[in-house]
Amino acid sequence: MNASLFVTCVVDQFYPEVGESTVRVLRRLGVTVDFPQSQTCCGQPAYNSGFLSDAKPLAHNFLETFENADAIVIPSGSCAAMIRVFYPDLFDDEPKIASRMRELSAKTFEFTEYLVDHLGVSEIPGSGNASSTLSVTYHEGCHLRRELGVTTQPRKLIRALDSVDLLEMGQADVCCGFGGMFSVKYPDISAGMLSDKIRNIDESGANAVVSCDSTCLMQISGGLEQTGMNTRAIHIAQILDEAMQ
Amino acid sequence: MEPRTKDFKQEAAKALADATIQKNMQNLYGGFFKARERAADETPGWEAMQDRAREIKAHTIEHLDYYLDKASRNVEKSGGTVFFATNAEDATRYVLDLAISRGVKTIIKSKSMISEEMGLNEKLEEAGMEPVETDLGEYLIQLRDETPYHIIAPAIHLSKDQVSDLLHEKLGGPRYDRAEDLTRLARDHLRTKFIEADMGITGANFLVADTGSLVLVTNEGNGRMCTSMPKIHVAIMGMEKVVPALEDMGIFLRLLIRSATGQRLSSYVTMVNGPRNDDDLDGPEEFHLIIVDNGRSKILADPAMREALYCIRCGACLNACPVYRKVGGHSYGWVYSGPIGAVISPMLTSVPEAKDLPYASSLCGACRESCPVKIDLPRLLIHLRSDLAEGGPHSGKRSRFSSEFVMVKAWRLLVSRPWTLRLGNRLARLFQFPLAKDGKLRKLPPPISGWTRYRTFPMVTTRLFRDRWIRGIQDKTSHE
Repeated sequence: MNASLFVTCVVDQFYPEVGESTVRVLRRLGVTVDFPQSQTCCGQPAYNSGFLSDAKPLAHNFLETFENADAIVIPSGSCAAMIRVFYPDLFDDEPKIASRMRELSAKTFEFTEYLVDHLGVSEIPGSGNASSTLSVTYHEGCHLRRELGVTTQPRKLIRALDSVDLLEMGQADVCCGFGGMFSVKYPDISAGMLSDKIRNIDESGANAVVSCDSTCLMQISGGLEQTGMNTRAIHIAQILDEAMQ
Repeated sequence: MEPRTKDFKQEAAKALADATIQKNMQNLYGGFFKARERAADETPGWEAMQDRAREIKAHTIEHLDYYLDKASRNVEKSGGTVFFATNAEDATRYVLDLAISRGVKTIIKSKSMISEEMGLNEKLEEAGMEPVETDLGEYLIQLRDETPYHIIAPAIHLSKDQVSDLLHEKLGGPRYDRAEDLTRLARDHLRTKFIEADMGITGANFLVADTGSLVLVTNEGNGRMCTSMPKIHVAIMGMEKVVPALEDMGIFLRLLIRSATGQRLSSYVTMVNGPRNDDDLDGPEEFHLIIVDNGRSKILADPAMREALYCIRCGACLNACPVYRKVGGHSYGWVYSGPIGAVISPMLTSVPEAKDLPYASSLCGACRESCPVKIDLPRLLIHLRSDLAEGGPHSGKRSRFSSEFVMVKAWRLLVSRPWTLRLGNRLARLFQFPLAKDGKLRKLPPPISGWTRYRTFPMVTTRLFRDRWIRGIQDKTSHE
């Protein structure tokens, strides 16, 4: 099984360890991973802000970089949604490119979706050896849930870990307030949404919050740190990686 | 109503600082939002119904001229008078002329969002008449001289204590605390108005083209009183409210009511077919229907925006929206609030003036998930954003040098090539050094300074993933 990793610009720049965990987990599951060096950013910040002509060159670069991949795996529901859902939309006035984008879209997977739906993972090898137990709660990324329809896959993977207890929080499906540029254009509203999220995380009683998107985690961990809480914010690839060692 | 969409940011800040509003808005999630979710889950074939309703709406909007013509002919056939109003002023003038010519003094009104577009109450008062809102929530905000906070729950922002104070102050008498007593007090006052009134004004939830029937959905029965007690009934509706056939009501009533309140059926569904006939026991002597455009043809003319006209005004997207639940209804500065308001308020007033509205969303998509007719609200918001950013037909010119313009252009330079990403990383490492404390950034410069007001920001890595890949990813964790 071959997969090309699109690591996302946020992971590349801020959370490279999430990329490393993604690679290790995929390899342990027998996937041959490659990383095309010409990749940059999917273009979502421009697209979401309405600067469609600034998003297009980045979409082109993505297309050229990944067009020949067997499968594209992305440790982010939001970036995966950009490619799978919004790329074909972005080129709806250029039918030839749009059809290439649709082919690309058919082989693009968010990380947990790739594991559960594509590889058929139901057990995590080596996850029963851990000595300590961690309790986590799961935050649903909005694009992952509503653009890709991925809700059960991450939970299935977390539940497959003997060393991890999943404690569901209230309002797990409610936005954390990140929203890309929204978080800096409307910091007060974004922070209001974040404080609700943090209250729900806190009330779940978990020691850590897990998500499939590093951008949600950037928002959530930033808020947790500001309020002095020591709840950890972890990407799902990291928790799987830790459990599989 | 005079748009105040420009003040979105200030008004949002006020709402965020108001503890009562925050508490009342928070209740929407466990209340209306969960009620809709339960209602949808327990209704067999919910999604098929949504798809069918969307098809019907799409078809009707594509052939709007045909269905409006058919509907108006059928209303006239049953003895009603139909007036097509190009804008709010025309509609208002029609109501005023009619009321003046009939010597009307007191007018009872059933909740109507389009009359808010017209600012009708104010105009009627200026002409010396007394309009009285008869929906309880609407009555309360009329007493407070406010506009609706929510499409279906106009006084959702008020606490019971505030209502108690309000009624005590405005109506006199003892101060009541129990909801039942407060409702009775309002009801007693409204009874006399129902009896006195010379004219009833209602909105319309639907207009059935086949039969010319006006359909009203209420929970308090006030709609039925407004349509049957006064001698004159005037109904005002947006031109998108028409549906082809009576049997479509089977789907639309279920979708509307379950999406709005989670009820299987509202307490009252009223269907009106013109004025009373000679052998009818009651009903008005005159029935007037005003069908209003007021900017809707601008939405109709843009194929990318058109689906905004499928909206049946259930308010589900407001309840689902985490931004609406923070900033409340008045921040949006015009009649409609929440996600649908962020789309149609700019379109019906002015997109450049209302430019803050389409950006007031994290694009989480909860609105679309709740919408009974599956309006792709995030896509419509992005469409308006692109119209503003790139100078589309609704904005006229590009809004240059906005904060997002600066951010997007700077970001674009940094992410265009692998070498620019590397360079950006180097620069960020230089700049972040003096701002860092305990491995985190706690004060960022504008235009991103808002981030660190509430949260820490991570430092960029000293070793990019792409460089780690070149050196080889080992099969053990390199961190911790």
